Amino acid sequence: MQPTSLAFKETARRALDDAQLQRALLNMKPGFQQRRAGTVAKLPEFDALRDQARAIKNHTLANLDHYLTRFEAQVQAAGGHVHWAATAQEATDIVVALCRAAGARTVTKGKSMVAEEIALNDALQAAGFHPLETDLGEYIIQLRDECPSHIIAPALHLTRQQITRTFQEAHTHLPADRPLDEPRQLTDEARAVLRDGFLGADVGITGANFLVAETGSTVIVTNEGNGDLTQTLPKTHIVVSSIEKVVPTLEDTTTILRLLARSATGQEFSAYTTFSTGPRRADDPDGPEAFHVVLVDNGRAALLATEAAEALRCIRCGACMNHCPVYGAVGGHAYGWVVPGPIGAALDPGLIGVETARHLPNASTFCGRCESVCPMRIPLTTIMRHWRTQEHARKLSPGRIRWGLGVWAYVAARPRLYRLCTRLGVAAMAWVGRRRGHLRRWPGAEGWTRYRDLPAPQGGTFVDRWQRGERGAPARETGR
Amino acid sequence: MSLADASAAARARIFATLGKSLSAGRLAAATDGATADPAAADARIAARPRGIRPARVDRDPAGLIALFVEQAVAVQATVARLAKPDAVPQAVADYLAEHNQPARLRCAPQRWLTGLDWAATALEVSQGPAAADDTASLTGAVVGVAETGTLMLASGPAGPTTLNFLPDTHIVALRAEQVVASYEDGWDRIRAAGPMPRTVNMITGPSRTGDIEQVIQLGAHGPRRLHILLIGEAAAGSAR
Ligand code: SF4
Repeated sequence: MQPTSLAFKETARRALDDAQLQRALLNMKPGFQQRRAGTVAKLPEFDALRDQARAIKNHTLANLDHYLTRFEAQVQAAGGHVHWAATAQEATDIVVALCRAAGARTVTKGKSMVAEEIALNDALQAAGFHPLETDLGEYIIQLRDECPSHIIAPALHLTRQQITRTFQEAHTHLPADRPLDEPRQLTDEARAVLRDGFLGADVGITGANFLVAETGSTVIVTNEGNGDLTQTLPKTHIVVSSIEKVVPTLEDTTTILRLLARSATGQEFSAYTTFSTGPRRADDPDGPEAFHVVLVDNGRAALLATEAAEALRCIRCGACMNHCPVYGAVGGHAYGWVVPGPIGAALDPGLIGVETARHLPNASTFCGRCESVCPMRIPLTTIMRHWRTQEHARKLSPGRIRWGLGVWAYVAARPRLYRLCTRLGVAAMAWVGRRRGHLRRWPGAEGWTRYRDLPAPQGGTFVDRWQRGERGAPARETGR
Repeated sequence: MSLADASAAARARIFATLGKSLSAGRLAAATDGATADPAAADARIAARPRGIRPARVDRDPAGLIALFVEQAVAVQATVARLAKPDAVPQAVADYLAEHNQPARLRCAPQRWLTGLDWAATALEVSQGPAAADDTASLTGAVVGVAETGTLMLASGPAGPTTLNFLPDTHIVALRAEQVVASYEDGWDRIRAAGPMPRTVNMITGPSRTGDIEQVIQLGAHGPRRLHILLIGEAAAGSAR
């Protein structure tokens, strides 16, 4: 996918003005946040499991070459094939070649973020195949020719009215006056339409939530069952996965699975967690005859050497974005690349370049809610701060900001000067705002005052008041 | 360049980068000292240490069965308790009638199920993998996991995977001794049965989606109904 992250400021502003999007985003709080909180409260071991999961992934990443080698050998031992791709282009080339070799026409797809990352659908279409997304959310956005706005709820940005219109336009073989307003009716219609797709597909492509080194299994976690129909019915099953998904054993997978659904949707366990190991056996009555795993690097091996390495522990649960005030305000599309939200801000600069993604680490208040819910305990704000430092060091930020920071650093390192400046500044602001108690405009604070007033300071600088022995809030404030 | 050659070249490049990154030592600093240690990695795969087991499963067999039922019902599965396998055909017939489903059943090729007295019911029963027009299936399972009401099913000659996903109604026959505390117990039984099967399905309730305005709908692509026939009573035993 071609990133548009550089336009973040414009896309975010447009998102804030988009009434439909804002309505859709309102569903996040009761949907994701409350369900997660309720389920986590029911598992007292949750935080201890987070520590274990973090240790498992750290150990695996530190031995990634070893575990990948083991995984590869086990896939082969089970009768499957492993293909390696260092870049997105190499990955799509492999998948296209495999589809050609399978004599495919229709290709069904389960939800896969790495497939989005490498723009697999575009490549398949260009090669003459018909890729059909089968996850309901992915299907909806495929019909609308959009990209996902959330890593586990791709159509989160849409209201049911928009989806109704999309289905009316796409499913012209159905009577135009059919009732189609309720989620139930929409779900049933998609189910019926996609059934034919499942049954007619020659190749099924899924992603992987985990790769198990012990057994050579690939694991998908879904609720709809679409991934299972995708990988069970066609003759060929292709798994596209990034290399950091590997975990040592079934037991380790299980430990992390205890966190995944709870963090993602607030379910105790997802409806379907499926372990696939090789093609169907000689005496199996069904299942695919060929099993291919395409392992994609696309920048991850190099990322291991950077301060952002810990972002590779991510299990793509989406909790960080579900709890992020910035994501909640602008939605996922504004971020301009496959992975939005806090994990996008931590990961994307490492994968698509600081130049392109430099706005994303700045799209954070550093409130830290993302870290407080991340099941893998990824230090998201620390990583974002690292990218901000990089942006500054490489002189990518506007000259005005760098100049301002330079001045501030000079002043802040000289306590007397600092005190003098703050005293003058506070006095000036208090004088300007003396009548209204707030300021409507202030040089350098336009970003704030464009949308709201700036309260005028009361009672001198903090340092002065502290030295005078003041420890409580001023009377005027407590009186309000 | 052939597919295999290109893949081998990419593999070499990826491993070269990995080698450089891992030896840079940055990762160890970032991850509290986790270091490259192939021997430890092999030992981990050999020993397969288990993670934390939630205290909620510290119960005797009867308690585990009660938890299993409670958890399965919480995710919109339904559970019927039967005294003996003989009661399965009638229970299946009743369930399908109650839900206005056709009196047809596709059964997993497992003798203890196919050998039951189906003739006593009005059901049309066949066995094998599911086809597009099969409306209801009956399968076994390896275990039922009390922790979250999860069923673990393994593919094989007696377990076609399509039965778990294509029909609108999926009925699972589970014997009381198959109810275990946690997923790890399921892995032990699957390992004991032989090499890893092509597919292991962990199934927790019927198919669902929340993709439209986060409103949960059952029956997205997989079964709309998951019905569990739990056969027999817990063996008397002490808390584990
Ligand atoms: S960073 Fe953490 S919270 Fe965010 S998606 Fe990844 S694992 Fe989930």
